[in-house]
Amino acid sequence: MSYRLLVNGDPVEIDVPGMRRLLDVLREDLGLTGTKEGCGEGECGACSVLLDGDVVDSCLVPICQADGHVIRTVEGLAPASGSGLPSETAASPQLDPLQAAFLETGGAQCGICTPGMLMAGQAFLASGADPTDEAIREAIAGNLCRCTGYTKIIEAIALAAARPSFDGVG
Amino acid sequence: MTIRTPTRRVPFPGAPGRSAPDALVVAPGEVGVGRARGAPLRREGPAKLTGLAKYADDLVFPGAWYGATIRSTQAHARLDGLELDPGFDWSKVVIVTAADIPGENIVSLISDDQPVLVPQGGEIRHHAEPVALLAAADRETLRAARRRVTLRTTELPPVFDPLRSEQVFAHFDIRTGDVDAALAGADLVIEGTYRVGHQEQLYIENQAMIAVPREDGGVAVHGSLQCPYYIHKAMRRALRFDDRQAQVVQAETGGGFGGKEEYPSMIALHAALLALKCRRPVRMIYDRHEDIAATTKRHPAIVKYRSGVSRDGRLLGQDIEIVMDGGAYCTLSPVVLSRGTLHAGGPYRCENVRIQSRAVATNTPPNGAFRGFGAPQTEFAAEMQVDRIAEALGASPLELRRRWVYQLGDVTPTGQVLRESVAGEEVLARAAEASEFERLRERTAAAQNLRSAMGGRGPATASGIGLALAWHGAGFTGSGEVHLASVASVELTADGRITVLTASTEMGQGTKTIFPQLAATELGVAIEEVEMAPQDTALVPDSGPTVASRTAMVVGGLVIKACRRLREQVEARTGQPFAESYREDARLRGATRVDQRFEPYPGIEFDDATYRGDAYPAFGWAACVAEVDVDLDTGEVAVRNVVAADDVGRVIHPVLAEGQVEGGTLQAVGYATIEEIKVQDGRYLNDRLATYLIPTALDAPRITSILVEAPFSGAPHGAKGVGELPMDVGAPAVVAAIHDATGVWIHELPATPERILAALAAAGSDEPRAASA
Repeated sequence: MSYRLLVNGDPVEIDVPGMRRLLDVLREDLGLTGTKEGCGEGECGACSVLLDGDVVDSCLVPICQADGHVIRTVEGLAPASGSGLPSETAASPQLDPLQAAFLETGGAQCGICTPGMLMAGQAFLASGADPTDEAIREAIAGNLCRCTGYTKIIEAIALAAARPSFDGVG
Repeated sequence: MTIRTPTRRVPFPGAPGRSAPDALVVAPGEVGVGRARGAPLRREGPAKLTGLAKYADDLVFPGAWYGATIRSTQAHARLDGLELDPGFDWSKVVIVTAADIPGENIVSLISDDQPVLVPQGGEIRHHAEPVALLAAADRETLRAARRRVTLRTTELPPVFDPLRSEQVFAHFDIRTGDVDAALAGADLVIEGTYRVGHQEQLYIENQAMIAVPREDGGVAVHGSLQCPYYIHKAMRRALRFDDRQAQVVQAETGGGFGGKEEYPSMIALHAALLALKCRRPVRMIYDRHEDIAATTKRHPAIVKYRSGVSRDGRLLGQDIEIVMDGGAYCTLSPVVLSRGTLHAGGPYRCENVRIQSRAVATNTPPNGAFRGFGAPQTEFAAEMQVDRIAEALGASPLELRRRWVYQLGDVTPTGQVLRESVAGEEVLARAAEASEFERLRERTAAAQNLRSAMGGRGPATASGIGLALAWHGAGFTGSGEVHLASVASVELTADGRITVLTASTEMGQGTKTIFPQLAATELGVAIEEVEMAPQDTALVPDSGPTVASRTAMVVGGLVIKACRRLREQVEARTGQPFAESYREDARLRGATRVDQRFEPYPGIEFDDATYRGDAYPAFGWAACVAEVDVDLDTGEVAVRNVVAADDVGRVIHPVLAEGQVEGGTLQAVGYATIEEIKVQDGRYLNDRLATYLIPTALDAPRITSILVEAPFSGAPHGAKGVGELPMDVGAPAVVAAIHDATGVWIHELPATPERILAALAAAGSDEPRAASA
């Protein structure tokens, strides 16, 4: 069975079993290893990606459910990085405002939850919600981090939201 | 499977705007040139933030097979044999048993008791113990094959209760003064028995190792790990490799917290054995279930404590008995127990102390390293005692600690004179001040009194505030560093680059950022000019394990000394400052490498035989104030705010140091409130992330971290380490706050709703204020 999706802006057509996890399609079939697996049962959020702008755990999404949808992964965040697909020789990738805020505040430590956190943070920023401490905590409640105590992650998302450079498009 | 990725780019709906002019722009893979709060940005940050960083499971090795571990399903049994279903096509699968191990069937660590695989006729000592290994070209075949393997065993009687275990891995006995006389003469003796359970490290990246055969008959392992040279040694022994044949390469590592200190040796050996037999790379990637079920946890402990005080509040004597459950094999239990024992008295001056401890074997999966390494268990008991004494004396818990805390010149139970870098009083004062401890405590006391006056009726939620204080020995215990004799190197390469070579791993704490920072400062060059060599045993010297909060203090100190010698050599040759002359020096004279070996800290001496002397070169000091809300109907605890003050000697990088305090504090809050492994017949029942819970962003308190600097003169930069400090204080502060809110003491961690309700119910029969309306 063949499935079509738009991954980080690039149309992809892929022929795999319909119940193959979106996570495996991204990581193994498309080589987009920025999305991580932490538990495989939707508890940790390390595999969070955006599906039509909504945060989903890609370990719980069979590829058949992603058919015809728009997927965005961490590789699609930085403006100049393109899709991140191996076929591309991306010019020196840069950081988008949220990634830059994580770097400045220390929101990434070991980095394994970071891609998922960034996607959850991106969806939150795109929602235009008031970036209160409580609202940010709610937005990343599905993403576990064991390094930071969440303090600097929350700070990073608030900082990105406060920056005039953020255009609010998710 | 077919993949087509057209080259024509289609505009992505909702693509982010082009890079904003004022956005911080850093290219991944290059050194971040920006700074935040005066400190350099995390060096590998851009790679982590763009998904380019390669963790073990992200690495691609063409032709690699998948490996799996066949594990025991019994806690104690004799392995009579392995049965392979004859109806299955085994030609597609490679099987490894103990008979395939070329060297010693031992996972090398402190004791030689743990086998790589249980041999036929051998003893299975715990549930989920590795018995055999399988590899196949694809996951489906591997999964099918696993189901067709049966273990033939004869059951043996298990031991689960550490108090009934007769096998002792280690024991210690520290005495000073006359405890019996002190307690007999005390006006008040407070007794308590405190229990703490297993805690899972729960790094978000599961254990992972990929073994790749080398042309020389050896194996290179690429994996998620803390201690390259532990694995290197384990491979040399079990696989009969020489130094080069055994090669260990750290992949980007998604958290460790001690959990990737010793268990990766086991996984590396398993992957390597399969790779040797398959003659191809083998991926051994644990899923979360296997990771929780099989790998090490924090040691459960039972601490019996008797403290004697005078009516005017002097601490006269401490009598402490510690039993730690080591699990089925020794692993690191003797050193975990040692640290737990040495910290058990808490950071308090006391002339009469007796600490007796033992770590024993049970038929449960082996316990091992976890941030704090024995100290959180015993310091929980120590702090509970102080709070209970304060309550009995009607004293302020802050004031009592202020009176008792070690001062310069005080002597510890091992006879160590605290000659410098003593900051217990300062961290206590800073945390109490920032949290307004006394004022908030008056407020919670008023609320309690009101509830009491109303016959126990009142709001369903009660608020409380609690305080804890701890010390944490910096670096290895006793003569550990002297025995390790770690080496760190710096090289000025022939093409004029400066490279720091150490085996210290980056697992999120910031090694790759602070080492270039320390080197650049010493050499007088920009941080961008200093490179870090990869953590690959083929390239870097043995700098010891990345544990015990020793990286910044010990290895960082070696990096500075190596750079100092390099600078002196270059400047002597060129007669010019290093920064202006090193490139020319390299061009003219080629490479210069300096290897710096650890030299004992002057005046620091410890006798391993008698356990007398300087147990640690210095101590870090930590205080924590926690505010909680307790739902009196459900027993649920919400930790609202935490103020943590930690003395780290010298702050090298404020953002990274705060990150350590914040992360460690939340792990301690989890330990205090929700993190619990349920064990039945030696098996972990909640071995999934849906059932072993750690705090989410909604559970996490607002954490304020205060960094205090009381430098240690033995380290050239004064740093003492930070990683473990916050882990020692969080749990007792939370439990003290629960007491402040409810009037009940919880003697067992975690303070679950069930335990709190049970304590409230028990107190309700004789103390109306604690009962819920």
